Amino acid sequence: MTASTATPAAFGTPQNWTPLLEQAAREVFEMMLGSALTVPEHTADETPDITSMVGLAGELCGLLSIRCKRAAAMLMASKMLGVEPAQVGADMSDAFGEIGNMVAGNFKNKVPGLGDGCMLSVPTVVTGTDYVLHSNGATPAVELRLLFENMPIVISLQVSE
Amino acid sequence: MNSIRALIVDDSSVMRKIVERSLRQAGMDLKLVLEAGNGAEALAALQENEVDIVLCDINMPVMDGLEFIKQLASVPNAKGVPVVMITTEGSEAHVLQAISAGARGYIRKPFTADQVKDQIIPILAGKS
Repeated sequence: MTASTATPAAFGTPQNWTPLLEQAAREVFEMMLGSALTVPEHTADETPDITSMVGLAGELCGLLSIRCKRAAAMLMASKMLGVEPAQVGADMSDAFGEIGNMVAGNFKNKVPGLGDGCMLSVPTVVTGTDYVLHSNGATPAVELRLLFENMPIVISLQVSE
Repeated sequence: MNSIRALIVDDSSVMRKIVERSLRQAGMDLKLVLEAGNGAEALAALQENEVDIVLCDINMPVMDGLEFIKQLASVPNAKGVPVVMITTEGSEAHVLQAISAGARGYIRKPFTADQVKDQIIPILAGKS
């Protein structure tokens, strides 16, 4: 194994990553949930209460997170599973975590030259609002605010320098 | 197409359900569906059961999908059973790694039922 000397800059800039992340998210929602993400006309004033997080390690280190209201995560799980929201139950966290995992994986596969040198952690889902996320040396690099079935979702990519 | 017996290996129970649904949407008549949460569980399931195809994730705890394929040859019931990887690891290096380990197909997440169908039907047709 050889040590990598690549830096995040070797894989582009946040400006380059934004459309790739948006495309990655749109593909996951369209292919796995049958839902088209839309762009909100105004910024929604809602506090997300569930977060899906996937770590990136290797040539690009950081954290991808998806935040939304629990009702939105429940609807995502119901669409993924093809069942009514009331039938989702304990599968909600698993489904929401997998959405984060697929968005992160699809994103890294779209960044030229990155796929081989970047590994993903297993997804983690946090519920509640009373927490602060600390990721070593990371700054918010990309933040997308989109609507899933008219409900706000925030997709963030923080990258360590 | 005749009824098939499938083993679906993924650490996410939701993904296992989605893969099974995709197989049904692809027109597969599933006579038996076995599930496993990692490669070790999958090997144990194959000690007791015969299947026609295995659909397997790569990144899993305990035993990952690539190690599972390597150990598959040691299971008498599983000799020659085709394995299709279904994973978020979509780089060319990962595909080559999986194919050289013995995988017969590779589906990247996210996926559609049509992509599952396009990968699996030729493999099952070639096997029969």
